[in-house]
Order: sequence, then C-alpha cells, then structure tokens
Amino acid sequence: MVITKEEILQWLQEVKDPEIPVLSLIDLGVITDVIIDNDHVTVKMTPTFAGCPAMDYMKKDVEDVLKKNGISKFEVVVSFEKQWNSNMISDDGRKALKEFGLAPPPRHNLYVDLDIIKYANCPNCGSDNTEMKTPFGPTLCRSLHYCNNCKEAFQQFKPL
Amino acid sequence: MTEAIKDLLYKIADDQLIIGHRNSEWTGLGPMLEEDIAFSSMAQDKVGQSLAFYNLLHDLGESDPDTVAFMRNANQFHNCQLVELPIGEYDFSLVRHFLFDHAEMIRFEMLSNSAVEEIAQLARKLVGEIRYHVMHADVWIKQLGVGDTRERLQKALEMALPYALGIFEESKYEQDLISNDIFSGEQALRDTWQSSITTVLTETELQLPDLTTLTPLIGGRYGDHSDHLQPLLDEMSEVFKVDPGADW
Repeated sequence: MVITKEEILQWLQEVKDPEIPVLSLIDLGVITDVIIDNDHVTVKMTPTFAGCPAMDYMKKDVEDVLKKNGISKFEVVVSFEKQWNSNMISDDGRKALKEFGLAPPPRHNLYVDLDIIKYANCPNCGSDNTEMKTPFGPTLCRSLHYCNNCKEAFQQFKPL
Repeated sequence: MTEAIKDLLYKIADDQLIIGHRNSEWTGLGPMLEEDIAFSSMAQDKVGQSLAFYNLLHDLGESDPDTVAFMRNANQFHNCQLVELPIGEYDFSLVRHFLFDHAEMIRFEMLSNSAVEEIAQLARKLVGEIRYHVMHADVWIKQLGVGDTRERLQKALEMALPYALGIFEESKYEQDLISNDIFSGEQALRDTWQSSITTVLTETELQLPDLTTLTPLIGGRYGDHSDHLQPLLDEMSEVFKVDPGADW
C-alpha cells in the first residue's frame, strides 16, 4: 500500500481541537508537516500557546487516527521548529470559528499591538462596533469582548 | 559551551516557573474578576513556557521536566529573587509583573536572533505571548500610576526595584554567551529594559529613582535565595512527592 501525504492530511481533518470541536487541527494550522519515509510516517505539530493543556490530547488523537488507518510505524513530534501564529488558521477554520460563536482572529503582520487586539467583529450580528473587556479569557487562546450593537458578550480567538 | 547554554536556559525556565506559581496564587483572590482571570492566564502561560525550556534542557541531557521542576531544593534554583517574593498586596504584584515582563519580553526579542537555533525558534514563538503580558501590565500601571493610587504604586516600585535589578545578575559564562552570539548579555538587556519601563512611567505620575544609586539584590542566579523560595517549592511539589512515579 502506498500512502500519500495528501491522504494523511485528509485523515487528520477528523481530529478536532478538543476545546473547539468544530475546528480541525489542519484548519487550526498546528500540523506543520507530514513526512513519509517508506512505511514510516512522521507528523510534525506545534502548539498554539506554549502552555496549551490540550496539546497532549491533540497529539494522542493524531496517533489514534494514524493507527486506525493502518499505520503501524509512526512518530508524532511536537516542536517549535515552525512557530504557530493565528494567521495560520485557514479560511475554512475562520468560518467554523464564527459559526461556533467565536470571532476569528484579525489577520496581522506578525506584530500584535493593542489596536489589533481590541478589534473584533461580533460573531452574532457582524458589527465592528465592539469593545474588548479583557485580553484574557476562559482559555489561553480567547479574549473577552462586548458588542455595542446587539448588546451581547462574546469571545474572540486571540490574534498571536 | 553546553554548560553556558544550560545556565542560560535554567535561569529563564526557573524564573518562569516561579513567577507562574506566584501568579497562580491570585486565582480566586483577584481584586476583580478580570484580574483574577488575567493573573491565572499569565500563570498558565508562564508555567507552559517554563516546560518548553525544561524540554530543551532535557534534550541537553538534564533530567525530565517534572523531576527538574519538583525535586530540586531552593539552592539549586537559578531564578532571580524578585519572582519568589510573596504576592503581597495587588500593588506589589502589579509592579513586579510590570518590571519582570518588560525584561522578559526584551530577553526573548534578543534571543530570537540567538546562534542556537532551538533557542531562537522558541524565543520567536514566546515573544508574542509575552507581549500580551506586557500590554496588560502597561494598561494598569498607566491607570493606577496617577491620582489616589499613585502613592501605593510608588512605594511598591521602590520596594521592588532593587530586586528587579537582580534579574540582570551576570552569569559566570556571560562573555562566552556574548562572544558566541547566543545571548547579547544582561547589561544590554538592562539598558533596553530601563528605557522601556521609563517610556511607560513617563505617562504616569510615578517617579523612577536613579537606578545607579540602588544596590541590586543578587545571588538568585547562583542559588542564593530569600526565605520565601523553599516554602513555595514545598507547596508546589507536595502532591508530586507523595508518589513521584505515579502516572497522572
């Protein structure tokens, strides 16, 4: 059986972020490479935030998917070789976040300042007339905001 | 050179683990809900960041991260004394957070260009996370550094500064690290830090004393600590030590 990188990436679409179950690890951008050497598969991953407690679960889920698809020789490596930033969330991922009720992170030029953090587009009504309540939220990757238009509180996936 | 790199990694990792533990002591006690969440989030960030550095040390032959974090005594820790001080009142914790995180952000900006690629990669990653911590500190220092609250913050600043200068205690490998382009050194870090905190403080009514007149409280980088560190370590490792081999 010859496996391809595309096939493996397709399988990994079913692995979701445990805290945002609509978002796959592929769309989140944390799978940074898949290397196939004969029948040995190496999947490279990188954390969103260094202290993310979901990383171990995600790694195990990736291993389970490889096993389930008949891969017996594999290694899942977590490293900072390629560093994650929130621009790496795909367009599909951004759509999924919004439907889940989380504002997707605004794109940036890799220097996140207060102006970028404060901006959020309300996932409920689409208004930009929002204010940031605090840059820290219920998980490391979320900030808390309030929409002045629809008067709803909401969370944003933080730009990083 | 490996010993010089280990020394550098240990001081960063130990600073983060200990300040992370102190930040976590605000969980449930913050003066308002948002601050409770902020200090708790920063605690989680810092402890996670320390793990990344302990992993690099493990790659260089040191024990696994749990053993290193939980099984050493105070005199084996390389953190500066600033981070081990009790949280005190909110004014002190805020001022410490401000002084420490400015230094940490600049340290990581410097390390982003380190000749040791693994360190540079990690520093480039973490600098974005720490920028959030610095922005948080700056917002509150600017807000509370004027008017009725100014006096309390000024006192906390004067108390914390000699300890903060201890962040920059030089390693015995300082020249090796600098000449091999691994780290630009504590003196360069201190100079940039001073201008960075001054920029924020000039937007407040707080007065930065002449730092050259202060005696830095040093020793932490060489295992010399205040009486506050060992009780912190005992508390932090209490559960781990009940059964070090347990699989969680």
